[in-house]
Amino acid sequence: MSAATASESFDVIVVGAGPAGSTAALLCARAGLQVLLLERGEYPGAKNVSGAAFYGSAILNELIPNWWEQAPVERYICRRDIAFMSPTTSVALDFHCAGEGYTTPPYNGFIVLRPRFDRWLAAQAEAAGAFLLTSTVVDDVLRENGRVVGVRVRREQGDIRGKVVIACDGVNSFLAKKVGLQREFHAHELSLGVKEVLGLDPTIIEDRFRLSGDEGIAYEYLGAITEDVHGGAFLYTNRDSLSLGVIGQVSSLVERRKRPYELLERFKAHPAVAPLVRGAKLREYSAHLIPESGWSMKPTLYTDGMLVAGDAAGFCLAAGLYLEGMNYAMQSGLAAAETAIEACRRDRFSARALSGYRKHLKRRNVSTDFRAYRHAPAFVNSARLQNLYPEVVASGMEQLFRVDGKAKRKILPLARQMMRQYQLKPGDMLRDGYQVVRAYLW
Amino acid sequence: MVMTTHEEKMRTVRFRVAATPHIVVDSEVCRDSGCSLRACVYVCPANLFVPLDDGGILFNYEQCFECGTCYIACNQEGAIRWSYPDGGYGVTFRES
Ligand SMILES: Cc1cc2nc3c(=O)[nH]c(=O)nc-3n(C[C@H](O)[C@H](O)[C@H](O)COP(=O)(O)OP(=O)(O)OC[C@H]3O[C@@H](n4cnc5c(N)ncnc54)[C@H](O)[C@@H]3O)c2cc1C
Ligand code: SF4
Ligand code: SF4
Repeated sequence: MSAATASESFDVIVVGAGPAGSTAALLCARAGLQVLLLERGEYPGAKNVSGAAFYGSAILNELIPNWWEQAPVERYICRRDIAFMSPTTSVALDFHCAGEGYTTPPYNGFIVLRPRFDRWLAAQAEAAGAFLLTSTVVDDVLRENGRVVGVRVRREQGDIRGKVVIACDGVNSFLAKKVGLQREFHAHELSLGVKEVLGLDPTIIEDRFRLSGDEGIAYEYLGAITEDVHGGAFLYTNRDSLSLGVIGQVSSLVERRKRPYELLERFKAHPAVAPLVRGAKLREYSAHLIPESGWSMKPTLYTDGMLVAGDAAGFCLAAGLYLEGMNYAMQSGLAAAETAIEACRRDRFSARALSGYRKHLKRRNVSTDFRAYRHAPAFVNSARLQNLYPEVVASGMEQLFRVDGKAKRKILPLARQMMRQYQLKPGDMLRDGYQVVRAYLW
Repeated sequence: MVMTTHEEKMRTVRFRVAATPHIVVDSEVCRDSGCSLRACVYVCPANLFVPLDDGGILFNYEQCFECGTCYIACNQEGAIRWSYPDGGYGVTFRES
């Protein structure tokens, strides 16, 4: 870093060039502020892993109209497939939508690869005037009279002053912890995702998955796919590769003594998955944590001179049907930027001056969504909901469709038999049913 | 090939190894605490924790994903000292 940069003072210092940080930096820079965006990776995205089904297209379109025409996107998502698995069977809900906004701009979602996408997004922040510094670890914040007044980076003369620091440093959020805004996490609040990108010819992908042109499909798997580990799996189609991975709650991986990469192998070998990945060749293996507990992991969101956004603030909706973090990272990044812009305009940076962050988070539907889905993380903590019931559905269907010359059974007696076989108690099922209803229905 | 061993997986990942370790495991703490859980051995996606017969742990930081799972999973205070590697060092994903 040049001496000029070190001695310079910035209006806003953003830590972490993931979707939260780059979006925040972009908006602040457009408002004419002096913005420093710090990233520890060799380039933005070098440390980052997602599926990645990106559902923030409409949000990004507000900032960069028709962004997908210039960004490194793989395929737009017009099909989603949710599969319930037993060891031998899968029952899937196949959602195919050619409706307005799914196969037409701004598109509901895109499959992306983070090292490419994040790099592009950070470049947009730079183009807007933000100063991006990569290969730079932030070790701490600078404090004066209890106020955050900048950051300390791991370099010679590494103190950099800024009026507002926006911590977008991801799931481990060491900055928020250092400042006392965040507590240490428990192993049941985080899941580990292991992922592979497997190269496959585009024409094979299109034939195999019944896709034309730029269409893409996102598969989500629940049930026996992670054995007795609380978790799930995913498979997404890229242009000339597949992204697939397995997600397992850290505490349950420990309890069951399961190695994540062995679950990944078993997932690929499942009879419903094997034909989809046949002939594909491993290009890269990766791993990353996911904050799974949503609302209950939310830190104190701001203090004097500092705001927290994205995964660092626990804004990742990861529960059963959903794995959406990138879009919320962007929405909360924007809300943090709007707050910082107001603070700079008024030249006030106390916690009180930054309290407008709440209002902006609400307006951007972040806090409202997380409050609405605050019961959904119960899913992650429930082996029955996430793994057992989907498996029961799959094996139930297996029996329902079996034709072996024996008397056909109707659904009710079959259900009774399944309950016996899987030792399901009516009381538990009622409670679980209530949980699902509370999590997703109202 | 679709099915791969863990070694084959790790060979696809690019690491720029820093001179100093960013994670240090104090094998004595593992041994003296009689940690029977050995969570690190199972959860580490890079399989970097090798259990020793004496109850200790052999650890090498060079092929680490910097995910943080080990320090979340280990419940023995002081066994793992965890930080990020210097800027630009460590894992560099190209595809994920
Ligand atoms: C396996 C897996 C699959 C997922 N699938 C999806 C999906 O399909 N769709 C979806 O929307 N979400 C998905 N997610 C969640 C999503 O990845 C996150 O919610 C999202 O990346 C959060 O963005 P962020 O900007 O807050 O944090 P991150 O993307 O983690 O970015 C944080 C940035 O800060 C940098 N950084 C951290 N500490 C420092 C420091 N001290 N100094 C300097 N730089 C630092 C990091 O290098 C990184 O670039 C998935 C996650 C995983 C692990
Ligand atoms: S590092 Fe932690 S979990 Fe691993 S053996 Fe040592 S004390 Fe046990
Ligand atoms: S940070 Fe992740 S990859 Fe590195 S040693 Fe710990 S668990 Fe293994």
